[in-house]
Amino acid sequence: MEKAKLLMMYELMDRIRMFEERVRKEFAAGNIGGFIHLYSGEEATAVGVCSALRKDDYITSTHRGHGHVIAKGGKTDKMMAELYGKITGYNKGKGGSMHIADVELGILGANGIVGAGITIANGAALSAQMRGTDQVCACFFSDGASNTTRFHEGINLASIWKLPVVFVIENNGYAESTPVTYSTNIKNLAERACAYGIPGVTVDGNDVLAVYEAAKEAVERARKKEGPTLLECKTYRYHGHFEGDTQEYKTKEEVDEWMKKDPIPRFAKKLIDDKVVNESELKAIDKRIEQEIENAVKFAVESPYPELSETFTDVWA
Amino acid sequence: MKTVTYMQAFNEAVDEEMARDKSVFALGEDVGKFWGNALGEYKGLYAKYGAERLRQTPISETAIVGAAIGAAATGMRPIAVVMFSDFLGVPMDEILNQLTKMRYMFGGILKIPMVITSYSGAGFQAAAQHSKNMEGLFMTIPGLKIVSPATPYDVKGLMKSAIRDDNPVLFLLRSVLLAGGFKGEIPEEEYTIPLGKGDIKKEGKDVTVVAIGTMVHRALACAQKLENEGISVEVIDPRTIVPLDKDMIIESVKKTNKLIIMDEEPKTGSVAAEIAAIVAEEAFDYLDAPVKRVCAPDTPVPFSPVLEKFWMPDEENLEKAIKEII
Repeated sequence: MEKAKLLMMYELMDRIRMFEERVRKEFAAGNIGGFIHLYSGEEATAVGVCSALRKDDYITSTHRGHGHVIAKGGKTDKMMAELYGKITGYNKGKGGSMHIADVELGILGANGIVGAGITIANGAALSAQMRGTDQVCACFFSDGASNTTRFHEGINLASIWKLPVVFVIENNGYAESTPVTYSTNIKNLAERACAYGIPGVTVDGNDVLAVYEAAKEAVERARKKEGPTLLECKTYRYHGHFEGDTQEYKTKEEVDEWMKKDPIPRFAKKLIDDKVVNESELKAIDKRIEQEIENAVKFAVESPYPELSETFTDVWA
Repeated sequence: MKTVTYMQAFNEAVDEEMARDKSVFALGEDVGKFWGNALGEYKGLYAKYGAERLRQTPISETAIVGAAIGAAATGMRPIAVVMFSDFLGVPMDEILNQLTKMRYMFGGILKIPMVITSYSGAGFQAAAQHSKNMEGLFMTIPGLKIVSPATPYDVKGLMKSAIRDDNPVLFLLRSVLLAGGFKGEIPEEEYTIPLGKGDIKKEGKDVTVVAIGTMVHRALACAQKLENEGISVEVIDPRTIVPLDKDMIIESVKKTNKLIIMDEEPKTGSVAAEIAAIVAEEAFDYLDAPVKRVCAPDTPVPFSPVLEKFWMPDEENLEKAIKEII
């Protein structure tokens, strides 16, 4: 793979982590309200999948959506402004953390309802199919969502119509506080693909290149009109379900074990070991992103709130 | 003018719009080759437009409405066919949290031009899970237009407008009018009816009756009978519940000073309740008598023919209510 693409993957993961950790701080300081669900730890999944997509491809996202938005090309200043409820945010401050969308980037919205993106992703893929384009939709959802109605209805429909969707299960081990080992009776959630006669693949969701390779194959399959794939990425959520979650359900050993598999230092080490870059090049990226996030917060803080009249707009087209 | 059934009028509307605009397509259970949906209102369109645009689905209401939303958000104009409106409980999250909130939550960056068609109403012994009118429930969801046509003329003109509208529209066909072969006149040439414009089905001066769906015909029959007794009833059909033509209702109340709403729904939380509240708030000074609601009881729809007939508001219930305030 070319160096620029590898560095972009590193940069995107870096951007997600730094954005999330800064959001965490701003939330704790009381500068951001509402519910915040952080993506830290799962960066390789969003970046691996989105690196296999084109700009005109679609994604549907989840309540834990900041990572998907950044990986698909979202701008951190407009995201931060949205989290602050400012008019300069992606959605005029009317959606907040759980509802960031940008149709220009093919982001059909983060979603506060677990699993809801599955059927909507089908619709975007159906639209691409009927309009005669070769666009693909990557549909991100969680292990929790894989136990909902939509998982069955949605993937079944996609399978019979050969819709160009990549269904990405981000198996981060927990649905809110419930471990996946409790909520399902199978080892790999991708095994469920056999019920729909489609490929099911389980990959290390903390290995950005492994995710990328698996996603690339699934995307190519979808583009060639061969139908959907179920791609399970096994990863780990570093923080709580929401900010404020005390996480009694996790053990220290488990957390330590996953920290060793942190996707960002792991990828950095690989890039250095493979002599793609040296450490100072990566440090320069870190520094640049750090400044970008600083600027994003400044932009959000200095931006105005929406006028009260905004309450009444955007109900009707 | 020509005489067509309620079903033919609907079929013509969809046919004309599909011919006119390639982005229009229908998806739902049994809409394809054989049935054209359970009562047959899409019949014949498969032969004309094929499996691609009359997309038969598995029994998956959630996936049907969800796919329609995704397609509408990305350039298509889908018609999601959910057989009976009682079944709308299945894809309720798609309607409540996705369809009607996406545009607002996303700050207006996308539109969702789609129609959900569904059978509505009692009167043919379909029992509690295939009979209920849902307007009262759905009108509490901002962002959803609701159409309740009572005649072939209204069905055709409103369905064409619903398909062309850039907003989500819930189009509630009356089961008894579809299945019963209800007939009426429509123009030979193309026409549309704007959403949000009511229709005075009969002019009168003594009392205003606002009636919805199947109830329009019962109100007209009652009005005819009372005309012979010297009571002049004005019958207003709002045709669309959202947007509601409240100006037409208020203007009528200013003239007659009396209002009755006839609505085939349990009284609590019904459209009748909302119309009564609007008139109480905005036209109280013009009322010479209490507003009356002729509604169904607060129970599910019963199956037995005797009970179902008793459950549905009818001409006798309306006549009694009119005579109480005249």
